[in-house]
Amino acid sequence: MKQADFVSLVMPFKDKVFRLAKRLLVSREEAEDATQEILLKLWKNNKKIGDYKNVEAFSMTMTKNFCLDRLKSRQAQNLKIVHNNYTDNNASLQHQVEAKDSVDWVSKIMEELPEQQKIIVQLRDIEEYDFSEIAKMLDMNETAIRVNLSRARKTIREKLTNTHQYGIK
Amino acid sequence: MVLNNIKTLIEKYNNAETSLQEEAQLKAYFNGDHVAPEFEHYKPMFIYFSKSKQEQYTKDVPLNSKKTKLYQWISVAAVAVLMLGLIVPSFMGPTEEEKQEALMVYNQTMEAFSLISLGMNEGKTQLSSLALVGENIKEGAQQASKLSQFSIMTNKILKNN
Repeated sequence: MKQADFVSLVMPFKDKVFRLAKRLLVSREEAEDATQEILLKLWKNNKKIGDYKNVEAFSMTMTKNFCLDRLKSRQAQNLKIVHNNYTDNNASLQHQVEAKDSVDWVSKIMEELPEQQKIIVQLRDIEEYDFSEIAKMLDMNETAIRVNLSRARKTIREKLTNTHQYGIK
Repeated sequence: MVLNNIKTLIEKYNNAETSLQEEAQLKAYFNGDHVAPEFEHYKPMFIYFSKSKQEQYTKDVPLNSKKTKLYQWISVAAVAVLMLGLIVPSFMGPTEEEKQEALMVYNQTMEAFSLISLGMNEGKTQLSSLALVGENIKEGAQQASKLSQFSIMTNKILKNN
């Protein structure tokens, strides 16, 4: 496989890989690194790529595993300051502005979801994959995915309703 | 009518039973301007979903793996050149000139050594005369012991008398 072929194969879903990585790793820089790593891994195996039935689904699975590994190793490390694990106690101006923007609230709410639900919401609500495709990517059955998705959606709705009505009730 | 429709859709949506088309319908509705106040709090969620789909990966991916391979071989080449620099001169051996020079130096040192050894030999002969003196002293000592015996004998004779 030539480089141009590879690029045209990867092009359609590299943003999806990046968005999933960002959903899990939160920081943009880390997500970029992860995406690059995954694309390089794919490129290294470009001879075998023809054997995969669905390169996109395969890459999404790879991304999921890669990011979860990253998160795990980050937890194992002893207090290392990465982009997202220190919080500024003084609400900065940007923070205040962000808090006002209820759209950004959604991303904050999603950060609090369990990893599994994050992935499912990302794949379904943002990337708009079929349940059967998600099932293949995550190696789960569709019912479990529906249950998880329903839970995640309800959590988001509840928290959003709370913040929406904050100060009213 | 539309409101009812949306209501059932949202119900289904929350139970994760909507199809992709229905979800698209919901997204279109909430991205629009006319959202009923009772669903207002869903709006940010759907807007966020649509918005975050637009995020793109802009970084370039360095795919040309050939370059990295070349860099790896540079160190090997450097080592090879170094080894050649060390090995080749030793195989070529010294030139004629160098050989002659070495011979000259060898001869000179040999001469110097022989001079030293001459001096050494002279010193040695002088030492041998010293050894002769030592021998004479020993002989004298022996004779002296004889003398002492003689004196013992004379003492004995004197006592007997």
